[in-house]
Amino acid sequence: MGARVVVDVMPKPELLDPQGQAIRKALGRLGFDSVSSVRQGKRFELEVDGDIDEATAQQMAETLLANTVIEEFRVRVERTP
Amino acid sequence: MKARIGVVTFPGSLDDRDAARAVRLAGGEPVSLWHRDSDLAGVSAVVLPGGFSYGDYLRCGAIARFSPVMDAIIAAAGDGLPVLGICNGFQVLCESHLLPGALIRNDHRHFVCRDQALRIECTDTPWTRELTVGQTIVVPVKNGEGQYCADAATLAMLEAENRVVFRYTGGNPNGSAADIAGVRNAAGNVVGLMPHPEHAVEALTGPSTDGLALFTSVLRSLTRTGVPA
Repeated sequence: MGARVVVDVMPKPELLDPQGQAIRKALGRLGFDSVSSVRQGKRFELEVDGDIDEATAQQMAETLLANTVIEEFRVRVERTP
Repeated sequence: MKARIGVVTFPGSLDDRDAARAVRLAGGEPVSLWHRDSDLAGVSAVVLPGGFSYGDYLRCGAIARFSPVMDAIIAAAGDGLPVLGICNGFQVLCESHLLPGALIRNDHRHFVCRDQALRIECTDTPWTRELTVGQTIVVPVKNGEGQYCADAATLAMLEAENRVVFRYTGGNPNGSAADIAGVRNAAGNVVGLMPHPEHAVEALTGPSTDGLALFTSVLRSLTRTGVPA
């Protein structure tokens, strides 16, 4: 029995995302000019021995994986047999 | 006896030697603190230097924030220990929630390295009391992720409580909100800024010697408040 915790972290929508802007411009140069906006985030995949409750997973994301001053996050716990 | 000022070295710190040198030139005794130290060796103040602690992995300052030395510094800062975070040190202080806001990638996406004019906005901190409100100092700025940001309520609070300590003047190098280059905590003992006062302490190597005033300020504060200097 194990679990996988997946944490998606995105910059808050009200913040400028300079990396996303650079990527959008690069896509435009490649001919993908219908892309109007790109925002770049991060995805963490944590393999856990045994089970883990949602609250603990949430706490890990909040304490370290995301900086809630500038980022939003979403936590998902997937149980593996 | 000279006041002992701790300078922390994290893996990836770059400016710890310059910070120690600035302390010495100001008349203090620099004390090297290692990221694994959980004891502050009885220092009277601490400088968190610039660099790329832990390779800037995860977020700038995010891993350093959980090092043993930071546990000790966070506790001591709560008791009034003067703490100065420069560049990456400022990022560590924001990640530690000792200072509000965060530093994100420069709005123009380029690393910036230049001499920068700063307006002194607050001298009610142990690190700035030898400066004058409205005075301009010139020190180097060098960062890729130096754009100060905070939500509107936090920015309003910083202005209302006179907690902006340094403001960019003559051009904002990184898109920082309200031209903010440095802020302080509510008590005033914790100050962080992106530009580098420790690189402006000698005519030979700096654009000015303006940066020295931060280090002489803290030494004078320590003497004045009766902390063994």
